[in-house]
Amino acid sequence: MLLKDEVGMLQRVPLFSGVEPAKLKLLAFTSDRVTYGAGQILFRQGDEGDAAYVILSGTADILVESDAGPIKVAELEPNSIVGEIAILCNVSRTATVRAAVPLEVLRIRKDHFLRLMKEFPEMTIEILRVLADRLSHTTAELIDARSAK
Amino acid sequence: MEPSLARYIWTHTRKQQLWIVMIVVLSMIPYFMSFDLPKLIVNGPIQGGGFEQPGATQPFMKLHYDIPFIGDVQFFDGFQLGREATLFALSMVFLLLVVVNGLFKLYINTYKGRLGERMLRRIRFELVDRVLRFPPFYFKRVKSAEVATMVKDEVEPLGGFIGDAFIQPVLLGGQALTAMLFIMVQNFWLGMIAAVIVGIQIILIPRMRRRLIVLSRERQLTARALSGRVGEIVDGIGAVHIHDTSNYERADIAARLGRIFKIRYDLYQWKFMVKFLNNFLAQITPFLFYMIGGYLVIQGRLDVGQLVAVISAYKDLPGPMKELIDWDQARQDVQVKYQQVVEQFTVDGLIPPQIEALTIEDPGRMTNSLSAVSLSMTDDGGAMLLDRVSLQVKPGETLALVSSATGGAEALAEAFARLNRPENGRVVSGTDDLLELPEAVTGRRMSYSSSDVFLFHASLRENLLYGLKHAPLTPVTYDGAAAVQRRWDVDEASRSGNPDFDISSDWIDYASAGATGPQDLFEAVRRVLDAVLLSRDILDLGLRSSVDVTRHTELAGRIVELRAALRSRLEQEGLSGLVVPFEPGAYNKEATIGENLLFGAAAGTELADRALAANPYFASVLRQGGLDRTLYEMGLEIAEQAIELFADLPPDHPFFQQLAFMTPEEIPAYETLLQRLKNRPYEAVSESDRAMIVTLSFAYIEPRHRFGLLTEELMGKIVAARSRFYENLPPELQNAIERYDPAKYIAAATVMDNVLFGRVGNNHPDAPERIRSIVYDILDKLGLYNEVLDVGLDFNVGSGGRRLTGGQRQKLDVARALLKRPDFLIMNRPLSALDQRMQEQVLRNVLEEARRDGHSPAIVWVVTNPSMGMMFDRVAVFDAGQLVEDGTHETLLARNGIFKELLS
Repeated sequence: MLLKDEVGMLQRVPLFSGVEPAKLKLLAFTSDRVTYGAGQILFRQGDEGDAAYVILSGTADILVESDAGPIKVAELEPNSIVGEIAILCNVSRTATVRAAVPLEVLRIRKDHFLRLMKEFPEMTIEILRVLADRLSHTTAELIDARSAK
Repeated sequence: MEPSLARYIWTHTRKQQLWIVMIVVLSMIPYFMSFDLPKLIVNGPIQGGGFEQPGATQPFMKLHYDIPFIGDVQFFDGFQLGREATLFALSMVFLLLVVVNGLFKLYINTYKGRLGERMLRRIRFELVDRVLRFPPFYFKRVKSAEVATMVKDEVEPLGGFIGDAFIQPVLLGGQALTAMLFIMVQNFWLGMIAAVIVGIQIILIPRMRRRLIVLSRERQLTARALSGRVGEIVDGIGAVHIHDTSNYERADIAARLGRIFKIRYDLYQWKFMVKFLNNFLAQITPFLFYMIGGYLVIQGRLDVGQLVAVISAYKDLPGPMKELIDWDQARQDVQVKYQQVVEQFTVDGLIPPQIEALTIEDPGRMTNSLSAVSLSMTDDGGAMLLDRVSLQVKPGETLALVSSATGGAEALAEAFARLNRPENGRVVSGTDDLLELPEAVTGRRMSYSSSDVFLFHASLRENLLYGLKHAPLTPVTYDGAAAVQRRWDVDEASRSGNPDFDISSDWIDYASAGATGPQDLFEAVRRVLDAVLLSRDILDLGLRSSVDVTRHTELAGRIVELRAALRSRLEQEGLSGLVVPFEPGAYNKEATIGENLLFGAAAGTELADRALAANPYFASVLRQGGLDRTLYEMGLEIAEQAIELFADLPPDHPFFQQLAFMTPEEIPAYETLLQRLKNRPYEAVSESDRAMIVTLSFAYIEPRHRFGLLTEELMGKIVAARSRFYENLPPELQNAIERYDPAKYIAAATVMDNVLFGRVGNNHPDAPERIRSIVYDILDKLGLYNEVLDVGLDFNVGSGGRRLTGGQRQKLDVARALLKRPDFLIMNRPLSALDQRMQEQVLRNVLEEARRDGHSPAIVWVVTNPSMGMMFDRVAVFDAGQLVEDGTHETLLARNGIFKELLS
């Protein structure tokens, strides 16, 4: 997969969909293309977050630790991003991510991502918009859940 | 030191000065003879004086002297020679005199030069010797760069002066006096006029020079302060950048330079003023001769002949006078310099020479206890650090010094290390005052390490072994030319008052490290490095260094075995994808295009980096393979992409680390180049522009940069070009490249690259770490661990050890203290740069290592955390400069005192 294909992939990630292609290209160029074998761990729950991952091909499982061992709570498909919260604020990883099949990801480093946001405010605004969207979504769901009680 | 320069020179060069005066006087004989000779030649054979008759002869080399009371005595009648023969004979004598005069001059100048250089060597050595004996507190007040500039620059002019110090005034004074006397003989009154003017010169000029002396002293001080400041800027460059004070420094330096300029300019003005006056006075004499003498002649009171004789005699006076005055100026100049330097080096409380005397034999162990006896220490500002503390350290016991913030335990450790002198009380070893013990005892039987580490600009190994180099232990036997050289060294050293300790002797005291010689020293080194947890770091340095294959033959010889071991290991663990090996017939996708083309490591500058694309042979290989155009187009594409990606970013942006093709500074140049080359056919592009573009493609790695520029066909062409490149390699490039050969060690590459013999895949997370831990393991299994560690020890630590981290420096210092296996090991918070866990680990290891093989040194450790006290036999607690508690860890814990308080 080439740099320009990666840019296409990034564009399909909602978080980046509003960002100029030229900036996405820079983001892709400064990120590492990494491959994982099936069963390899991308990161573990409780680790400090230093990067976000965009799935380029393959699928990955999101696992949460429990007393009975890890439980799979969701699956990641190509074009999805994981770990983005940890690079925006200093929280540790809330789940473990493991490759289900051979996996190709774009590893966006925290310092690079923050640096880009600082350099290009228009990109930051786009990302803010997506986050605010998510927040209003979550708030609406919360209200629904409360009123349903 | 001797405050008067003249006396200093006289004391050390009396004999030589007298000798040279004698030689100079002797040289006057042929010199004056050569004056007389031209007249003899012209008057005699050329004009025919004495040869009026055809066939007339004249005696040649007739020796006769008019001795008083006896009359004319004939020693030799001489040869009778005709007119032409006499001409030849006299001309030959002239030639002979020219040669003799020249030889005299050569000898005198060489002799004077050598005399000066020897004195310079003596004085420089004396200065450094004093530096080595300065009391420790003195160094808190001097800047190292100032001391260095005094030793190096300020005494330098002395060398030139010393040879002339006595001979010049004697000679010139003699000449001036003779000329004066000659004038006096011609006419007393005219002579008196000349004498009066000379008198004015002698009195006035030195008076005017006083200001020159003041100015040159100022010049010297300001220049010295400047070099001190420059040294400070270099040492404190971090602080300058951190606080954005570079412009403050610029202002300070500019102000200093301005002041120096003003002083120097004043100096010139005044100097040339003095010169002008001097010349004027010298010229005023003939003026007076012409006017007064002429008047007297007209009046008929003076004979014309006399006046002409006086005037012609006078022309010999100004020359020597001027030179004499110049000499005096030089004398004052060096005298000022000398005094300035001597003042700086005259310090009270110099360490007596016998304390530092060279001791070859083993001084024996320190078997007595080390005690502080009502010891008081103050800091430089006079604040009390320790107040009448008494404490005894018995041989073999381990003692932790625990200190509150103002406790003063560090001051005690410094007193034990003799780094600071007691204000009151003393430190004794048995009954001897510690300060009176020779360094041969304290420096060998005691060790000290603190958080303030100094490392020399040398390899790790040399820094580590530095603590063992007390004396030239093994006499070296020289033969042949080396023996002659050594004899010369010894002779010259003694002539300049330097010691003749042989620097090429083996200074390492193996026995004190518990070794018998160079062969088993490494074991001791490895043990102390392991103890301070530094081996891994050094091993990494070793892996990253290239190796001197003539020294590390085993590593080079077993490289094939190592590579195979790595491969099979990677296969076993299912990690073969991690490293893509170099194969002569295959393209390595994880390596750059440049590497794939060369398939070797550049050993010189001809084929390295940017020079590669411009190399004519390499360009011709590309052309033959039809690669030149492809790579050019590829380079254009890369340039476009790179500029598109990076053009908006400021040049210091961290993203540029990702851009392997060009530096941020080159981007504008490539932008204009790209504009210029756009739509221009390949054939019309100049060679140098092509090279600029092609070179970009060499850094390209497809999996990393992902521009999609590498095709199967291109890869095939590159592999083909590779073999063609080596087939016709011209002889001048044979040594510029080392071809990758799976069976050979590549000297130009690092150890790690040699072991990998391939490239780590770009798209494997944490691949480098995993590979490294596998490599450590393999090295250990194959018994090459020590070999690579040894390579790492060659790493140069840089100025003040700054190429190492603070923690590494401190560990190295502890290792150095430990290596000499002392009787008393004094540790003054030595590992403060490490975290608590690591400190405890190293402490435990050091305690164990120090006592290995039944050795039982006393260990005094100023600990950073009271909980470390647990590991010691005894704990002493300091608060406010007092020893407040002293006992075993358990008793102090039970006491509920200040120790318990500090622990919580």
